Amino acid sequence: MTPSEKDDRRIVITGVGLTAPNGDNLTDFRAALLAGKSGVDHYHIRYVGDTLAGECHFDELLYQKRKELRRGTRAGSVSIYCANQAVADSGIEWGKIEPERVGVYIGVTEHGNVETENEINEIKAFDYDTKIWSHHHNPRTVANNPAGEVTLNMGITGPHYTIGAACAAGNAGLIQGAQMLQLGECDLAIAGGVSESIRTFGIFAGFASQGALAEHVDPHRASRPFDLDRNGIVVAEGGCLFILERYSDAAKRGAKIYGELVGHAMTSDASDFVLPNPEQQARCMNQALQRAQINADQIDIVSTHATATTSGDIQECVALRQIFGDSSTTLINNTKSFIGHAMGAAGALELAGNLPSFDDAVCHHTINVDNLDPECALPGLVLGEPRTKNNVTYILNNSFGMLGTNSVVIIKKV
Amino acid sequence: MTGEEIREEVLDILETIAPDEDLSDLDDSKSFREQLELDSMDFLDIVMELRKRHRIQIPEDDYLNLASMDSTVTYLKPILKDVEKAK
Repeated sequence: MTPSEKDDRRIVITGVGLTAPNGDNLTDFRAALLAGKSGVDHYHIRYVGDTLAGECHFDELLYQKRKELRRGTRAGSVSIYCANQAVADSGIEWGKIEPERVGVYIGVTEHGNVETENEINEIKAFDYDTKIWSHHHNPRTVANNPAGEVTLNMGITGPHYTIGAACAAGNAGLIQGAQMLQLGECDLAIAGGVSESIRTFGIFAGFASQGALAEHVDPHRASRPFDLDRNGIVVAEGGCLFILERYSDAAKRGAKIYGELVGHAMTSDASDFVLPNPEQQARCMNQALQRAQINADQIDIVSTHATATTSGDIQECVALRQIFGDSSTTLINNTKSFIGHAMGAAGALELAGNLPSFDDAVCHHTINVDNLDPECALPGLVLGEPRTKNNVTYILNNSFGMLGTNSVVIIKKV
Repeated sequence: MTGEEIREEVLDILETIAPDEDLSDLDDSKSFREQLELDSMDFLDIVMELRKRHRIQIPEDDYLNLASMDSTVTYLKPILKDVEKAK
């Protein structure tokens, strides 16, 4: 392979657009993480009542008219905001892009629950008369909706679809975008993950029934991965979409490059609907390391998936020990402690929040660990405050989901 | 409902369906489509809203009557004559 052919195979991140409960762009999000600022707050949702959630507060009217907001979905709106922000951040002159060569690949944990619940709630007021059921329900609930809304908003005529991968979806969207670039299906990929999950009461009720919904008098202290006093998941919404390009194209236009996707893997547990499987998680990390052609000790930062369930946190630590042993040179952090679990957006957001480490050489910490679970006491865990690390070159990002789907990406500093 | 009350109600529905539009200089004799950015889904919204507010079922063959404000009011007047304006 000639150097130019090799550069056509290299996939780099050249733009980031995001909304998180504690920041609506990468600069603010990163600042919040380094400052230990939580985005979790009190939240009320019908039937369940008062609970906690990570809610986003981006300007919905920045890229959409009020009519478009009314017609579309929250996930669509999150996606449109993130996609437009990512393009703006990339410095691409959008008017010069061939719209048929842009692909949109968005990871989702689920889609349609919010819209279906809304309709059921509506017809309930009419004694369940289905003639009240909205004609908007189908276009709102088709699985490609969030990605499709991006294409409608931005005039993109290349391929678009969502990738349903439970809470591994953020990484899965990124991987899909990279693969489509490598296959020549598009020249520019808008890829990552989104979630509107806090708009459905079902996800809160489901986690509560599972004994896995967090409660705490102080919302900022509710999401506590690795802490003995954790009591479950804080549900969050959000989105993070990356602009992906081939290195050759990015270099040609002198693009700012956040990092290169040098390794990725997805595996399945084939063992349980909800319980994680550390063997398969470890295999997933190993596969990604092999693709990246590096050893585990070369990873500078691991961004964990841990959601603050006892089983999930401990099993991921079992998998991490298998890969990283007792290494203290590989730093380990967790973003959910700040924002809760942003479901389909989680993997992409958690990666994005760590990307600035390549430039500032700081690993953000994990908050709310007052009483570290001994089974999660990995030597590299960064707790309490950010830690400086010389020469951050590789970040490994874990993202796992129900039905035993695992995804890992490794990003290298360019 | 009087013709004027029906007009007010349709305007209220249009404000919901087309929140970005300025309805202050709507010409009642001209079709909505000539003056507003409305598509078929929006017209279904008008039908749906009337259904929700007054439990009236407008047959698909009659949708053409909802083309303009004048034709809508003329069409709805006999149907809503015994109905009180929605609060």
